[in-house]
Amino acid sequence: MTMFNRLPIGAAKPLLVALVFLGLAAMPARAAMAIQEVRTSSGIKAWLVEDYSIPIVTVRFAFRGGSTQDPSGKEGLANLMAGLFDEGAGDLDREAFQERLDDAGAEMRFDAGRDAVYGSMRVLADQKDVAFDLLRLAIEQPRFDQGPTDRVRAQIVSGITAEAKDPEAVAKIAWGKALYGEHPYSRQDEGTEQTLATAKPSDLKALRKRLFARGNLTIAVAGAIDAGALKRDLDRIFGGLPAEPSLVPVAETAPKLAQEVRIPYDLPQTGLRLAYAGVSDKDPRFFAAYLMNHILGGEAFTSRLWNEVREKRGLAYHIGSTLVNNDHASALVIGTGTRPDRAAETLSLVRTEVRRMAEEGVSEEELEAAKKNVIGGYAVDHLNSSSAIANTLVAIQMEDLGIDYIERRKRLIQAVTVEDVRSVAKQLLSADPAVMIVGAPLERRKG
Amino acid sequence: MTFEAAAVEAPRDESEIGNFLLSNGMEVVVIPDHRAPTVTQMVFYKAGNADEPPGKSGIAHFLEHLMFKGTSKHPAGEFDAKVAEIGGEENAFTSSDYTAYYQTVTPEALGTMMEFEADRMRHLVLTDAVIVPERDVILQERRLRVEDNPEGLLEEETQATLYQNHPYRIPVIGWMHEMEQLNRSDAVAFYDRYYAPNNAILVVAGDVDAGTVWRLADKTYGAIPRGPDLPQRVRPQEPEQNTKRTVVLTDPRVTVPSFEKSWVAPCYRITEPGEAEALDLLAEILGGGTRSRINQELVVKQGIASWGGAYFQGRSLDPSSFTIYGSPRGEATIEAVEDALDAEVRKIIETGVTDVELEKGKNRLVRSMIFARDSQTGMASIYGKALATGSTVYDLEAWPLRVRAVTSTQVQAVARKYLNPDRSVAGYLLPRESATSGDKSR
Repeated sequence: MTMFNRLPIGAAKPLLVALVFLGLAAMPARAAMAIQEVRTSSGIKAWLVEDYSIPIVTVRFAFRGGSTQDPSGKEGLANLMAGLFDEGAGDLDREAFQERLDDAGAEMRFDAGRDAVYGSMRVLADQKDVAFDLLRLAIEQPRFDQGPTDRVRAQIVSGITAEAKDPEAVAKIAWGKALYGEHPYSRQDEGTEQTLATAKPSDLKALRKRLFARGNLTIAVAGAIDAGALKRDLDRIFGGLPAEPSLVPVAETAPKLAQEVRIPYDLPQTGLRLAYAGVSDKDPRFFAAYLMNHILGGEAFTSRLWNEVREKRGLAYHIGSTLVNNDHASALVIGTGTRPDRAAETLSLVRTEVRRMAEEGVSEEELEAAKKNVIGGYAVDHLNSSSAIANTLVAIQMEDLGIDYIERRKRLIQAVTVEDVRSVAKQLLSADPAVMIVGAPLERRKG
Repeated sequence: MTFEAAAVEAPRDESEIGNFLLSNGMEVVVIPDHRAPTVTQMVFYKAGNADEPPGKSGIAHFLEHLMFKGTSKHPAGEFDAKVAEIGGEENAFTSSDYTAYYQTVTPEALGTMMEFEADRMRHLVLTDAVIVPERDVILQERRLRVEDNPEGLLEEETQATLYQNHPYRIPVIGWMHEMEQLNRSDAVAFYDRYYAPNNAILVVAGDVDAGTVWRLADKTYGAIPRGPDLPQRVRPQEPEQNTKRTVVLTDPRVTVPSFEKSWVAPCYRITEPGEAEALDLLAEILGGGTRSRINQELVVKQGIASWGGAYFQGRSLDPSSFTIYGSPRGEATIEAVEDALDAEVRKIIETGVTDVELEKGKNRLVRSMIFARDSQTGMASIYGKALATGSTVYDLEAWPLRVRAVTSTQVQAVARKYLNPDRSVAGYLLPRESATSGDKSR
């Protein structure tokens, strides 16, 4: 049944740049959650949150090196590979593998991001042994049989074709190219019909071998399992992998600003995107930028852009800004959609608010409110289910932030001053942004 | 009234689901979950788009937006700011049968959230100054989610064709021309009629116990006077359907066509015993995922579809729908996909399902309820939606057992009874090119 919401679902994240690390906020008001670091004799490490209230176990892991590792001309390989791990492994063909997985009451998923290939498994605790064996098989000995490879490829190609005339999809490609030029971040993660046509099972095997190693592996587990059992299981699942991956280095980059991309279509609403420089999550200015973005157009529905564009004037259903942090690039991106006849007005309003932020920064009250929000909201946003906990703990480890990160982050946020925010706002937002307009040409009106 | 006296079903231990009534008639459900220091409260009003007066489509959803515009005690923005300050998450949603509001916060803030939520149950202040820009927001929402989205448009049109008389034919967001006319008095009338404790259900899931919830709820919601008793929710019902209808949407943004076919089917509230459970199993076996017949046959074996499946919407107040869908792959045509989907339905009508399929389908459905317990908001919404559409906490708790009891004969019987090919609605989403050559286009 169709459901309509007052606020857009996932409003802060509809942007055109993949968000790999969403979790840079604060921490729970009171941490009821104990994270254990588990290390096996063969050196595999995982973070565990043990909990028996529900008889399920959730495992989440990541191998660093995602679609940026696709060989040139074979773009889409990592994504295709991710679609094939449940299509047969070891002695089990597709049918046998999926039947056993289903009998074991387990869900298994893989997906390729830009900077990592992610996997997860959710299983009823009393059936974890069978399920984990299947996971090991999928990771170590995926078959990539010709039949399933051809089928999954055809499904992906069908998806690409289906979107070929969709303005949003066309815009996404153009935006990536405009911002990142020849860098792998401008690629379509799912590839194209041409690049996918060249993908052979041997290419998939080679890519898996390069990417799947213990040295670039991050694991988090939540649920009904203790450290001792987990150690044995970790060795069983991941122990057979080689020590180190073989990754192609990826250059650092930044979005190209001061340009305008127009995607003309006759549409009932006009999409607007603006990109500014971002800040790496390793940068000491990061939390100042994070709080600044929060006040400008971040997740809370109390932001300046939200108030000006939606609440006061009803120009849009959604407007938001996001700090995008990939491994090799950062950006601040603003996105909205509005009536074609008022798109010029909306764009000008957004620019005015950004300029005001660059010139004046934020007030003490705004900063205080933002700090409370991002500190208080951590548990709600990041720890409210086993999957959320496992995702968050993988992200924290991948950024190498430390097991005390959740507590430390609170202090880092509290330490940010109005002056810090003013300074970072000026640095990031004074430049002329990249702007994309999807829809009818803007009507230049006075007003 | 004491806790015990008010209890519909008092919890026996700390982890058990609690269910009781406040003295003003508001029903409360508590789902304890102590894994993380968070709690979700959801308030469901038993009023949705199918309860709207004729000509006022979209008023339920518009009021949902207007509920954030402030009361005499808490001016507009104050509730949002409060939720933001503690880092909570909030939203609201409207469907045909209910409208719901929720916040996820730390347990310390639950009482404050209840205070705000109870306050706006009766004390909303609506002025034209807030009505007009918010009406622009919902019009923009319609542009974004329906007008600008071929799938959204087709969905709206097939619903309007599937239901010939029942208000489920009317889109939840409303028809554009009626939304443009919605005004203050429409909103106030809907609010005054339906927003009262005796027409509401509070669901609280999270790091809290039933006793605490009862104390906080009694102090906040309990202080709101009971409203007049509402009459039974009797909506216009469907006549006997006896035609096969087709809806075609061609759109220049579409490159690969897609197909869906729907039937009016019963719901958990109005059905013969076991039928809704059998329909849930039928949807699972026919098209519930990678192990389903549609996926195995159309996607894997025949290779004519990139995706396909089936679903049943049984949690509705009145009879709802059963749908099959798919999209062709490679050189295959949409007709081939439609024929193959029809063939899968026919096979079940003629020969039923195997015992092994049935057993595995049951395992998957029951397992999905265990997995659902992992999410507090997910659990709160499962309970709220079921209770707002006529089920009870007991029904939900007994559901796994009822699913287990379904026989293959029952699955075949509901397929035969409800998936009649001569009484269906087919929806086609087609590329614009076919508008000149395809015989299905207008």
